[in-house]
Amino acid sequence: MDFAVIFRDFVRAAIGDSAVYFAVAAVGLNLHFGYTGLLNFGHIGFLMVGAYGLAIAVTFFSLSMWAGIIVGMIWAVLLALLLGAPTLRLRADYLAIVTIVAAEILRFVFRSVWAREVTGGSFGLTQFARDFYAINPFPEGRYGIWVVNFSERATWVLVAGWALAGLCTLLVWALARSPWGRVLRAIREDEDAARSLGKNVFAYKMQSLVLGGVLGAFGGIVLAINTQSVQPDTYSPPVTFFIFTALILGGAATVVGPIIGSMMFWALLAATNTALRQAVAAGYIPDELMSGTQIGQVRFMLVGLGLMLLMIYRPQGIFGDRRELALER
Amino acid sequence: MRARWIRPCRVALAALLFVQLLAVPALAETAQESEQPSEAASDAEEPAESVRGTLLQRPEDGDPVPVDGAEIIIRSNGEEVGTIVTDADGAFESGVPGPGDYEAELVVESLPEGVALTSDAEDANVLEFDIAPGQSRTLLFRLGEPSGGGSGVNLPLQLTVEGLKLGLIIGITSIGLSLIFGTTGLVNFAHGEMVSFGAIIAYLFNVTLGLHLVPAAIIAIFFGFLTGAALDRGLWRPLRERGTSLIAMLVVSIGLSLLWRYGMLFQFGGGTRPYAQYSVQRAVSIGPVQIAPKDLWSMAISIIVLIGVGLLLLRTRIGKAMRAVSDNRDLAASSGINVEMVVLVVWALGGGLATLGGVLFGLAEQVSWQMGFQLLLLMFAGVILGGLGTAFGALVGSLIVGLFVQLSTLVVPPELKNVGAFLTLILVLLVRPQGILGRAERIG
Repeated sequence: MDFAVIFRDFVRAAIGDSAVYFAVAAVGLNLHFGYTGLLNFGHIGFLMVGAYGLAIAVTFFSLSMWAGIIVGMIWAVLLALLLGAPTLRLRADYLAIVTIVAAEILRFVFRSVWAREVTGGSFGLTQFARDFYAINPFPEGRYGIWVVNFSERATWVLVAGWALAGLCTLLVWALARSPWGRVLRAIREDEDAARSLGKNVFAYKMQSLVLGGVLGAFGGIVLAINTQSVQPDTYSPPVTFFIFTALILGGAATVVGPIIGSMMFWALLAATNTALRQAVAAGYIPDELMSGTQIGQVRFMLVGLGLMLLMIYRPQGIFGDRRELALER
Repeated sequence: MRARWIRPCRVALAALLFVQLLAVPALAETAQESEQPSEAASDAEEPAESVRGTLLQRPEDGDPVPVDGAEIIIRSNGEEVGTIVTDADGAFESGVPGPGDYEAELVVESLPEGVALTSDAEDANVLEFDIAPGQSRTLLFRLGEPSGGGSGVNLPLQLTVEGLKLGLIIGITSIGLSLIFGTTGLVNFAHGEMVSFGAIIAYLFNVTLGLHLVPAAIIAIFFGFLTGAALDRGLWRPLRERGTSLIAMLVVSIGLSLLWRYGMLFQFGGGTRPYAQYSVQRAVSIGPVQIAPKDLWSMAISIIVLIGVGLLLLRTRIGKAMRAVSDNRDLAASSGINVEMVVLVVWALGGGLATLGGVLFGLAEQVSWQMGFQLLLLMFAGVILGGLGTAFGALVGSLIVGLFVQLSTLVVPPELKNVGAFLTLILVLLVRPQGILGRAERIG
């Protein structure tokens, strides 16, 4: 076992591209789930409209990338309004089912032959973020310390991405301690009590859904810019559950929970991956039990098991306060 | 408090793992040929996409004959990406450059004398298909004597029958989902995995261990009963006793769903595979409708089972108790009904029905590790349409969803057929959130 390699992959994943787009998306999901108690199981739909809004605006309508980002945000607002209108007055489970279904509708439509001219069908779209890389301030070279380093291109994505994640966190932190945020938490704890105080619960929930959705769209935009491509099957339902796992791991309804959770999630996944790969290669794990191709599946089985155990034994995550997030209803 | 329930929880999970491990050596051999890496978005390793299949001529009477030396051209975006020639067994297999949309053309001139496609249609020798990351796609060209079939088929009627078939399968699987919600309040996201589990257990006994499909299906249903009961006793009941909130339990069910689904991918591989019996059948014409005998049987079995479940709910003591608990848990408990017992029966019944649905779905399509998850969203549409928590509502809603999915292909491309059903779900919530048979008090 080469622990230096395991450590390198652990650190690289903790600050890497997957962690950064997860972090931005998780900050939005934290506003939904952590602060407002909305069960949004189709968060990936917001990431998808953000990414596709940008990609389609640039490749099909020949807008600039910055205008494309605004288009992606507008799509996210519209999606949130569409999802919230029928469900926010109902029990929490309805929003869960409708959001996951809506995300799947979008994926089916985006990957269909019928929409291929606009969305690129199941191949998706590529090369729409040149504007972003054109202003890369990092000269050519590799950046990092010791064994952990990134190309100038990756460094620029990571710096910009983590700055965005930081800004989003600040925004949500400021909102959450404002009177508006206190109403959200009141709604999460007891919707009827908030209503009896004269608050328009539906409107507050809708505002939270829209704002968190836009943050989710930013997550999708970070992902799309990083890979310079959008492909519909990247946006499948399990990804939402992975973001949930990351959020709950860090602690829902906390300021840094989504950030730390996303870093931990990917770092642990990468470290297990490398460790398992080495163990299989070195013969510590016999071939009959697990082959090289099965490692990916074991990692995701562990994610599922981890989510169950977290929710049963430590629903408040690493940093959370149990009293803050009782989730009783 | 904690220590008391950890043990049964472990026992249940150990049992689940045991069932999966049981399948390891048995499945390993068949899994090798089609073993594929996970299609998960983040997987960095290169997935190996491929197409494969077997060209068999199926005469009206007698055994299928392999077709040797036939040529198949694979195209992507009009460009040729490969040519495959079938071997002496009629089998062919080839890698493709990556995920995406493809077209396969069977070169008619390369077919031996006396072999032709079943259909006379101009482009019957061309298949359009898409390949997901890591997928190994089976291509099926129908060869035989040209029958000129399809001329007398009435399309809307044909789709209605297919819609009923799908609706019945969704109905069988969603009754459990709805009853579980009704009696415990839990929206069980792992219900789809129970469906795949049933199909895979039947596959294990049918193909790997060589049993006929009928006893294999009965064994799978038995496993479904046991697993449903074990999950309630080992996991959900301890959580209820602990006072875990419904939302937390919902998230637990998602964790369970992920664990189980990727566990099945681990065991079964990423391919889709048919059962040993009934996989290819010639359709028979009944009036203006063509249907394979296996589908007739599937529909007959579904209807008989659903009538049985209906009678159970209406006529028997336990059925009445289930409906009573569904209506009002506290009132039922105070009138002397053993609620935990009823919930256990609901879980076992739901598990058994879901596994049966899985076998039927595997018969209609093919067996794959994620078939249940694909069905789950249709189940949700069905139960919400019918009214969450009502058993008969789930049935009515599922039938409507099944019909809607198939009939919508009259106007939308087949690849978007589920979208219509999903959109209906959202519309129903806008207009009548309690569903067709539901009552308003459930929703608020």
